[in-house]
Amino acid sequence: MSVPLTLLGLLEREPSHGYDLKRDYDAFFGRGKPLPYGQVYATLGRLARDGKAVAGQAEHGEGPDRKRYEITAAGAQEVERWLSTAAEPEPHLQSVLFAKVVLSLMLNRPADRYLDLQRAAHLQRMRELTDLKQRGTMIDTLLADHGLYHLEADLRWIDHAAARLSVLATEVRG
Amino acid sequence: MSSIIQARDVRKSFGQTPALRGATLSVERGEVLAVMGPSGSGKSTLLHCLAGILTPDAGTVLFNGERLDQLSEARRSGLRRDKFGFVFQFGQLVPELSAEENIALPLLLSGSRRGPALQRARAWFARLGLDGLESRRSGELSGGQAQRVALARALVTQPEVLFADEPTGALDSVTGEHVLNLLTGAAREQGSTVILVTHEARVAAYADREVIVRDGLVSTLTGVNP
Repeated sequence: MSVPLTLLGLLEREPSHGYDLKRDYDAFFGRGKPLPYGQVYATLGRLARDGKAVAGQAEHGEGPDRKRYEITAAGAQEVERWLSTAAEPEPHLQSVLFAKVVLSLMLNRPADRYLDLQRAAHLQRMRELTDLKQRGTMIDTLLADHGLYHLEADLRWIDHAAARLSVLATEVRG
Repeated sequence: MSSIIQARDVRKSFGQTPALRGATLSVERGEVLAVMGPSGSGKSTLLHCLAGILTPDAGTVLFNGERLDQLSEARRSGLRRDKFGFVFQFGQLVPELSAEENIALPLLLSGSRRGPALQRARAWFARLGLDGLESRRSGELSGGQAQRVALARALVTQPEVLFADEPTGALDSVTGEHVLNLLTGAAREQGSTVILVTHEARVAAYADREVIVRDGLVSTLTGVNP
């Protein structure tokens, strides 16, 4: 999640104060991990320094929260570029799950047991996200779905790996 | 909680092929249990044994403490009609009957009169978002609508146990989710125990807990420690 680009994107809607941006960021993207005010103002300062946003006149006194920020043409181009570029597909090949399975096999530990534990942990998290979906708004639902599909993909890999442990063991033990 | 269904060392083969090789499982009253496992693992066979549709070759199945595997076919059939509800993946509605007649069917088979049975059936339409579809035949319903009708038919008798075998397997993800919300919501509301067979983790996540069937044996994940 790129905080600077997301704030810049929010700024493209209309000139805003830092606290407006923080409120909208938290509502749409924060989900239990609110953005600290310090980070909002530091980010806005950097965006202004780099010519992507400009700070308007301070209103009713001093302090960073009194300034209204506006996106510049360069900033809008940056948002346009970001939104028309594919994000890098994740995860990468060297995942923790994979490392644990291979190391378990190398060390003659029960890799199948580790996979069962991981499966139980994944399913527990999926239950929590499903519960969140049933109680929450459409924003909660779609965010939870994103997590659920990723966890489901992990689980499919876990099942696949569990079915191939003996072959994998032969390879990693040499 | 107390057990409503218990299976002990259940074995079942089809010809030379063993489907269950000593399955043991306890289902608590009022819980939603997901039975997971890959294709061919024996999970549907387990469901059929728990529901008294199949008789195990060996082992015991208890429903409310009574040996299901020793009952006559007539008694088991009565039990399935009065105490159990079923939802499957495909083709469960009687095509000649309207949606409301399909839902009323288990009540009619249990001896209810047509008027009161249809009245109870109609109460499900608003609840499941099916208003206005009462007189439609199954061929005139979408997959999601037909599955909701099948769900209402399974729950109309207020069964003690609802058996669902891949109930959303033929539906798209959004429709499937809607059906699962209704299924678990309605079952919990009326206190029915649910045994939900699925190979999909996203479906199992609607349950209170899950077990996995592997090579004809039941493995409980919860409580596994390193």
